[in-house]
Amino acid sequence: MFSRDRWDEILEALNANKFRTFLTAFGVAWGIFILVVLLALTNGLKNGVTADFGDFATNSMFMWTQGTSKPYKGLPKGRYFNYKIDDVEAIKSTVPNIKYVSPRNQLGGYNGANNVVRGTKTGAFEIYGDYPEYIKQQPMDILQGRFISYSDIESKRKICVIGTGVERGLYDKGEEILGTYIKINGVNFLVVGTFKMSNSQGDGEQDASTIYIPFTTFGQAFNRGDSVGWMAITAEDGTSITSLKQQVFDVMKSRHKIHPDDDRAIGHFDLSEQFERVNGLFSILTIVGYFVGALVLMSGIIGISNIMLIVVKERTKEIGVRRALGASPWMIKSQILQESLILTILSGMVGISFGALLIWFLNYLLDMSGGPVENFANPSVGMQVVFVALIILVVSGVLAGLIPANSATKMKPVDALRIE
Amino acid sequence: MIQIKDLHKSYHMGSNSLHVLKGINFDVKQGELVSIMGSSGSGKSTLLNILGMLDEADEGQYILDNVPIKNLNEKIAAKYRNQFLGFIFQSFNLINYKSALDNVSMPLYYKGVKRKERTEKAMHYLEKVGLADWSHHLPSELSGGQKQRVAIARALASDPKVLLADEPTGALDTKTSYEVMELIQGINDDGKTILVVTHEPDIAQMTKRIVNLKDGLIIDDSPVQQVRASLHV
Ligand SMILES: Nc1ncnc2c1ncn2[C@@H]1O[C@H](COP(=O)(O)OP(=O)(O)O)[C@@H](O)[C@H]1O
Ligand SMILES: [Mg+2]
Repeated sequence: MFSRDRWDEILEALNANKFRTFLTAFGVAWGIFILVVLLALTNGLKNGVTADFGDFATNSMFMWTQGTSKPYKGLPKGRYFNYKIDDVEAIKSTVPNIKYVSPRNQLGGYNGANNVVRGTKTGAFEIYGDYPEYIKQQPMDILQGRFISYSDIESKRKICVIGTGVERGLYDKGEEILGTYIKINGVNFLVVGTFKMSNSQGDGEQDASTIYIPFTTFGQAFNRGDSVGWMAITAEDGTSITSLKQQVFDVMKSRHKIHPDDDRAIGHFDLSEQFERVNGLFSILTIVGYFVGALVLMSGIIGISNIMLIVVKERTKEIGVRRALGASPWMIKSQILQESLILTILSGMVGISFGALLIWFLNYLLDMSGGPVENFANPSVGMQVVFVALIILVVSGVLAGLIPANSATKMKPVDALRIE
Repeated sequence: MIQIKDLHKSYHMGSNSLHVLKGINFDVKQGELVSIMGSSGSGKSTLLNILGMLDEADEGQYILDNVPIKNLNEKIAAKYRNQFLGFIFQSFNLINYKSALDNVSMPLYYKGVKRKERTEKAMHYLEKVGLADWSHHLPSELSGGQKQRVAIARALASDPKVLLADEPTGALDTKTSYEVMELIQGINDDGKTILVVTHEPDIAQMTKRIVNLKDGLIIDDSPVQQVRASLHV
């Protein structure tokens, strides 16, 4: 279909009126450019907002205690209580499809008072008592050594895993870290590992200033006994935590003598629900992006059809001459079709390229700006979007050429030749 | 080569209809050089367009090189035009964005001739009309006479049976007209059958036979003593 002769014919014809060809091409290039950029921006917004969730396993909730709001079994309202380590086992054994239950405790805080000492250096860090599962809920890269293990839990070892910010605060550059001791609230801990959050965004500084120690050690060293500050609970894939949480609450209520209708006593944050909400919002945004982009593209296509129609009108006489010289209607039609096809595809490619260039530039600016930009990250479009856009272009190129191509061969050659 | 019998053609415009050809009969033999004369509006172009399969007759018989031309679909008509016929128009009808060589190549392109052979042949015919040096010029860079020569080379390119020329000298001055007629006479000398529509008697005198049209009928059809155009140049 595309012999070299055909190419020459098509390029010659497109070249014969450069300005018109340029205008046509511009319409389509602009349309596809807008489509690509719009979708990339939507994606950037989406990436930025979902990054705020970190890459914490999204099918999770956090659960803590609040004061009771109803008297029950002789106990007054306004009573405070704590989860105990046994509650973890109770949840795991009574609620089906629960994947991880991590009890947690926290000490100190980001921007708080200095609570960690090593030699002459001190720092204020967040200290967490955790179980080994926690790394599966909150993915992190272990840079050196290891994370907390079950034997640490059982033996209540005084070991810790520190973030890169802790490293910077307490160690000189190049200094050996593993095997050294740091003093947390006056208790010595052996450093057995360092970590970095796998996909740190937004709270990078805070994440880096974190120290993990075994949950049991935490209880013993900092006088928490078997109390649990809060729990991070993740459901099995395929079962939403939202659908399981009521069962978890019920178990807790019965174990802690809470009125079955007391919904205030147990506080929780359902990550999965929030995530779904944001995702829903972005599906809408993406659809709007597609819609607006498609409209812009469509106006470009209508432009092409229009111009092809004018082209064919202008060239009616030429087409008459070609037919007198022996061009069959199909030859004429296919040439016009191919002209419009090539025009749309080439200009579409130009639009996509410029879109890609802009996206690249945006990413470059984001990188250059150093710190993360609020609610915006990594604007990009998938290959499948580009592919769909190309298909739309091809189809529209054919459609844009079809009507004029048909009208070009409908009249008798003698009538075509008479036109000036 | 050409046989037509009782050819009729009317144009319809709204409720009016104009009977232009009212029963034309004539034959053209291989190697003839015929002029079709008549006043403006007498139907000369209409007749030539029907012979060229650019238009269709309402009634009558047309046989071209023993092939009956009747109810052809456009695909076959295009093939016949390419094979049997070469057109020369009053306004040249060259494609303005193509070089002389590419214009001449076009019938060969539609015939499906390979690029290399096409270029060779086109060049050969450009040489024949004396424009080998102008092969890469665009029509806009050529004079009227040169354009008509390119058009003649183009008409010859696919080596058709018959050349059809509608007022080939109509847009040219006398001297250039005679040069073009000299070329046409030369091509006829080589054996090509040629029909020339004209309303200029001196041009008609340079053919070998004059067919006179009036009010849609042939009123006179007679051989003439051919005047060689070279005598006037
Ligand atoms: N497509 C057409 N529609 C209507 N009338 C036409 C058409 N073509 C030609 N005519 C009319 O038919 C007559 C013959 O035209 P034509 O064959 O061009 O004459 P000539 O070439 O001898 O000057 C003229 O009166 C002209 O106006
Ligand atoms: Mg005429």
